[in-house]
Amino acid sequence: MTKETPSQTAGPFIHIGLAPEVADVDGMRTLGTRIVPTDASGERICIEGTIRDGAGELVKDAMIEFWQADATGHHAPGHWGRASADFDTGLWTLKTVKPGAGRGAPHITLYILARGINIGLHTRLYFADEDNAADPVLVQVPEPRRDTLIAQRKGTTYRFDIVLQGDGETVFFDA
Amino acid sequence: MSFLPRDRDWHPRPYDPRYKTSTTRAPSQPPLRIGQTASELTGPIFPASDIGPLDHDLLANHGPGNPIGERIAVHGRVTDENGRAVPHTLVEIWQANAGGRYRHRNDHYLAPLDPGFGGCGRMLTDAEGRYRFLTVKPGAYPWPNGPNTWRPAHIHFSVFGEAFAQRLVTQMYFEGDPLIARCPIVSTIPDPRAIDLLIAPLDMDAATPFDHLAYRFDIVLRGRDATPFEGAP
Ligand SMILES: [Fe+3]
Repeated sequence: MTKETPSQTAGPFIHIGLAPEVADVDGMRTLGTRIVPTDASGERICIEGTIRDGAGELVKDAMIEFWQADATGHHAPGHWGRASADFDTGLWTLKTVKPGAGRGAPHITLYILARGINIGLHTRLYFADEDNAADPVLVQVPEPRRDTLIAQRKGTTYRFDIVLQGDGETVFFDA
Repeated sequence: MSFLPRDRDWHPRPYDPRYKTSTTRAPSQPPLRIGQTASELTGPIFPASDIGPLDHDLLANHGPGNPIGERIAVHGRVTDENGRAVPHTLVEIWQANAGGRYRHRNDHYLAPLDPGFGGCGRMLTDAEGRYRFLTVKPGAYPWPNGPNTWRPAHIHFSVFGEAFAQRLVTQMYFEGDPLIARCPIVSTIPDPRAIDLLIAPLDMDAATPFDHLAYRFDIVLRGRDATPFEGAP
């Protein structure tokens, strides 16, 4: 058996490779700007949030990848996207359709990359207005920390703030 | 079918005081082990139409003109821990130019930008898991970690694999670079055998005479458990 290639941090200039339009690199299209096809069925939603470090500072150089089921709860090859934190405000935004329930509650898988993150952080976003009680992954999360995985609804927008370290630290997974 | 557990002792330590930024960005809690569900056992598939004809050729995909620096090919195979090829998977790279400067608004290093070089490449592996990029050898660059800390020449790599569980982002280094042993980011990886996997040897057999040298970088993604449902691998 060959061992897996070890991870290394994506560093502060991740945008050049994974979001060239954000880095102002000409000639390369940015992939993953639209997580679902324009004609995808389902409820159109917007999710936004920030990422903070253990010192309470906004992480403005991070990138998040999203992988989700379609509105019927099935994982289709196209339902993947990326968002970069804004260099000035740290805010990231995802426009998508709400995933349907599969064998668990509706959720979006997140993979967070940034300078200082030596191996990508895998987490999940659940929705406060869904029945999450029986989700097979959420029930494995210690009850006091479950809230860190639940996006709160305000109108048509969900808010999901991520904390990398310390008080209110988001739950990250090893799957 | 599921993927073999990730050996977290083989990967870099999330928290390492020698790499300053990791001290506020590493989670304090260990990652919570969960079983793999559809979310981890599936992943995006990228059609060939996502890739432009020059996306793999960093010597030509920015312009105007040829970039300055040592012309190289970087090539290799993407396989899994079971030794199986990972075909048609997306490999993305990014790097500094030959002077060690990134084309990014947050890079303020005094080395100049090269009008002929962007620093972004992508391609899909072929049916046998092979990839090959053309580029220039990136320069070393200083960074604010200690009083005089320099990154060894490196190329950043992102690989998807066949499922989200295989997602990998890493960096490739160059054989013989004395800065590798001094790099606080390299040394977040505790096992020297793991570091060795990130150091690409010169590969004269893959060089093109009077055009470019070549380095070989093979990438191994997580392997699969055999299960009675799917039979032996
Ligand atoms: Fe770098």
